[in-house]
Amino acid sequence: MSFMSNDFQVLFPEILLAIGGMALLVLGVLRGDRSLGLVSWLAIILLVATGWFVLFPLTQFNRAFHGAFIADDFARFAKILILMGTGLTILMSKEYLEREKIAHFEFPVLLVLSTVGMFLMVSASSFIAVYMGLELQSLALYVLAAFNRDSLKSSEAGLKYFVLGALSSGMMLYGISLIYGFTGTTEFSVIAHVVTSPINIGLVFGIVFLIVGFAFKVSAVPFHMWTPDVYEGSPTPITAFFSMAPKVAAMALFLRAMIVPFAHAAGEWQQIVIFISALSMILGAVAAIGQTNIKRLMAYSSIGHMGYALLGLAAGTTAGVEGVLIYMTIYLITNAGVFVCILAMRRDGEAVETISDLAGLARTRPILALAFAALMLSLAGLPPFAGFLAKFYIFLAVVAVHMYALAVLGVLASVVGAYYYLRIVKIMYFDDPAPAFDPDMSWNLKTILTGSSLFVVWFVASGGQIVSVAAASAKALLP
Amino acid sequence: MMSHILNIITFFPLIGVALILITRGNRETTARNARAIALISTVVNLILAIVMWVNFDNSTASFQFVERFDWLGYGIQYHVGVDGISMLFIVLTAGLMPFCILASWESIQDRVPEYMIAFLLLETLMIGVFTALDLVLFYVFFEGGLIPMFLIIGIWGGKRRVYASFKFFLYTLLGSVLMLLAILSMYFYTGTTDIETLIRTAHFPVAMQTWLWLAFFASFAVKMPMWPVHTWLPDAHVEAPTAGSVILAGILLKMGGYGFLRFSLPMFASATEYFAPFIFVMSVIAIIYTSLVALAQEDMKKLIAYSSVAHMGFVTMGIFSLTHQGVEGGIFQMLSHGVVSGALFLCVGVIYDRMHTREIAAYGGLVARMPIYAACFLIFSLANVGLPGTSGFIGEFLAMLGTFAVNTWVVIFAATGVILSAAYMLYLYGRVMFGALVKPSLQAIQDLSLREIAILSPLVIATIALGVYPKVILDVTSVSVENLIAQHKTALAIDRAPKLASVSRTGAMP
Repeated sequence: MSFMSNDFQVLFPEILLAIGGMALLVLGVLRGDRSLGLVSWLAIILLVATGWFVLFPLTQFNRAFHGAFIADDFARFAKILILMGTGLTILMSKEYLEREKIAHFEFPVLLVLSTVGMFLMVSASSFIAVYMGLELQSLALYVLAAFNRDSLKSSEAGLKYFVLGALSSGMMLYGISLIYGFTGTTEFSVIAHVVTSPINIGLVFGIVFLIVGFAFKVSAVPFHMWTPDVYEGSPTPITAFFSMAPKVAAMALFLRAMIVPFAHAAGEWQQIVIFISALSMILGAVAAIGQTNIKRLMAYSSIGHMGYALLGLAAGTTAGVEGVLIYMTIYLITNAGVFVCILAMRRDGEAVETISDLAGLARTRPILALAFAALMLSLAGLPPFAGFLAKFYIFLAVVAVHMYALAVLGVLASVVGAYYYLRIVKIMYFDDPAPAFDPDMSWNLKTILTGSSLFVVWFVASGGQIVSVAAASAKALLP
Repeated sequence: MMSHILNIITFFPLIGVALILITRGNRETTARNARAIALISTVVNLILAIVMWVNFDNSTASFQFVERFDWLGYGIQYHVGVDGISMLFIVLTAGLMPFCILASWESIQDRVPEYMIAFLLLETLMIGVFTALDLVLFYVFFEGGLIPMFLIIGIWGGKRRVYASFKFFLYTLLGSVLMLLAILSMYFYTGTTDIETLIRTAHFPVAMQTWLWLAFFASFAVKMPMWPVHTWLPDAHVEAPTAGSVILAGILLKMGGYGFLRFSLPMFASATEYFAPFIFVMSVIAIIYTSLVALAQEDMKKLIAYSSVAHMGFVTMGIFSLTHQGVEGGIFQMLSHGVVSGALFLCVGVIYDRMHTREIAAYGGLVARMPIYAACFLIFSLANVGLPGTSGFIGEFLAMLGTFAVNTWVVIFAATGVILSAAYMLYLYGRVMFGALVKPSLQAIQDLSLREIAILSPLVIATIALGVYPKVILDVTSVSVENLIAQHKTALAIDRAPKLASVSRTGAMP
């Protein structure tokens, strides 16, 4: 591969994905709307091929463009998760799009383009690259949120997401400009050298604005307001996507952009992270109790879960980063299963979304109910399901740095949160059955649901391997 | 096989679960198959547990049938083993299970396969609690057991089942999560979560011990349950199906006591010593107050539930007397209460199945129509009172004997509890069994069926046998309890050594 320069070899997965995405777009335009199936499967193949090159890079070298781009183990771990999130979304979407009569070939193409943006986000090692990746990802997501353009709710979701997203991007950009102004660079590694405590007050403002932007992307309180509306309004597979890949990407970016450049200003950003993490955990647990729409409930659930993941960043240690990686892995796979269950909620050809529609599911669809219950209990963080170990590794990191008050707050919020997850189990198992859902479920959905629910049970038996991979990846960020 | 017997016992019920899951057919066939599979797997598990008991070496306090593998990274291992303290709880769990399945044979007609799966899962998780020798593993089993019990109460329970199941779940979860944090900080202080190592070598600073003790206490006190955090128990008992009540009273309540023995006493010796008077006060309040509450109950299950709280008061009192007799009394009381309260709930289940009410006022004069039933109920009532010759006596007597050496007043108050227990049990018995059989609904009530006799007679035998010949139990526990007390004393001595030195230094200053 000598014809390619080092930079291009390092960037090969991104380049492959970008060119592949554009090729799919051309193919779709040439073949028209009937090509959704073909484009979807080609997109899956493209994602798998990219995954191969992420796992087995062409070169040992992992920096490109003078260190503005870095493909270390941490980024590779996050990229595999992102690819999984995108792939699962494409797999679960085809049937839905056809039923809702929005089967346009742009859907997988936009997902792929957004994935390119996320790849840049997790590999960015300079604020310019951060912004490029973030915008590429977001623009594709704005369109996807409004993909069901004839639906008022979907258009509203897209618009809301766009306006608030643009606002947060603006704030982040302002933060980046302040950071540039006070350090004279946008490179993470150079900033790390320049920033020493006590740090300049202007730089603190820059960091605050930066965190505002990130908090918006991971939907952490108090920048979470868009989440319930966008989750509810977007087409269900896109809601699933929102809760999987972009969360992983934003979380990975958040970690890197705090820990690497501002290692010596940890005291400054940690207190903000502690604050937003605690608020997210509490709000996620309390606000979800009153929800009647399952997608809104999942929005609050996702706010709460991001609060727990941010605990790992608040700890600011290798163990914390490792905890976040494990948390995101488990969260992503669990959520894939949950959204398959939500996609299966159809009655007489119409999608239904209220929680009471699940009543008595254990009688009408026992296996679906069993899987859904296991996933809910896993999200609640109850042993022996994977969600317990996700929280376990996070709390392990938090207790290690003696943040006991935060840890106590976290476990208490998890008890409150357990209530609304249990309420869904209660509705499925204890209540009298509502009319049954439509029985047809495609093989794609069945496979994802089976895999996801087996995963939450399997993890407790032999999740050790994933834990050790996550530990090795975390070391790349914080040796 | 003996080297793996512990894992076989723990996970054998899961084979039953798998078999039930793969059986197909119409509703009647799957129900019939599920019952049969559940019964066979629980009986086989009981036999395995007895085989393990026979092979258990009474003369050593070290852990036996040990197995360990690497598990979750961070040095967290899958490590299991039994000693004299945990051995009999496993036998008790495996022993009560077949009765639960039999008791549900006819009374559960709805969603039978799911019911049996829940019970088999529960068996695995409960046995796991008693075998786990790693804190994280213990926590996984300890918490995991909540889920099947939540479903059992919520699906097959009575009218207020949803309220009761949520209360049960959230109450116990709230207690347990604090224990999880304590486990994590223990890990960071010592670098291990291995229970055996922690018992032998860990010495936490006294201030830290206090916090850790309180965190574990939050979990175990709710589970036990101790006054004033016992309020979930009457609700859960009343609403749970008969077999659910049996498991709740028989096994789940014992996890708290077991936890005190396994963790609080050897690991947090100074804190245990420090909090012992506090526990005594709570125990005495539990014994007297809940006995009085039991006296006023209208619902049979609620009465027995309150009596359970009172009996657990004797257990905590005995354990925290920190004497050999007291601790052995506590363990014996737990085992005996497991059998007796389980049997009492089964007895209530017998008449509930016939009349579908647990109101005491709805009965009266049953002895005329149901003599065999009345005899069984009498034996269990007297055992619950603690009559000499039944298993209930030994435990209460030893617990009071051990505590007497430490604090006379506590025992004087606790002894009044024995009198009160006689009052509420005999009052219950009189109202249900004696008097004239005047109520028209009771005229046609039938005495025990063969299945019910088969359920109750082994429990009658066990109750009397343990009361007459307690040595079978005490032999198993004796060495381990001796060792536990010794470990507690050693740990206490180490905690005190530097403190005494500093006291003498300050004392020498003026």
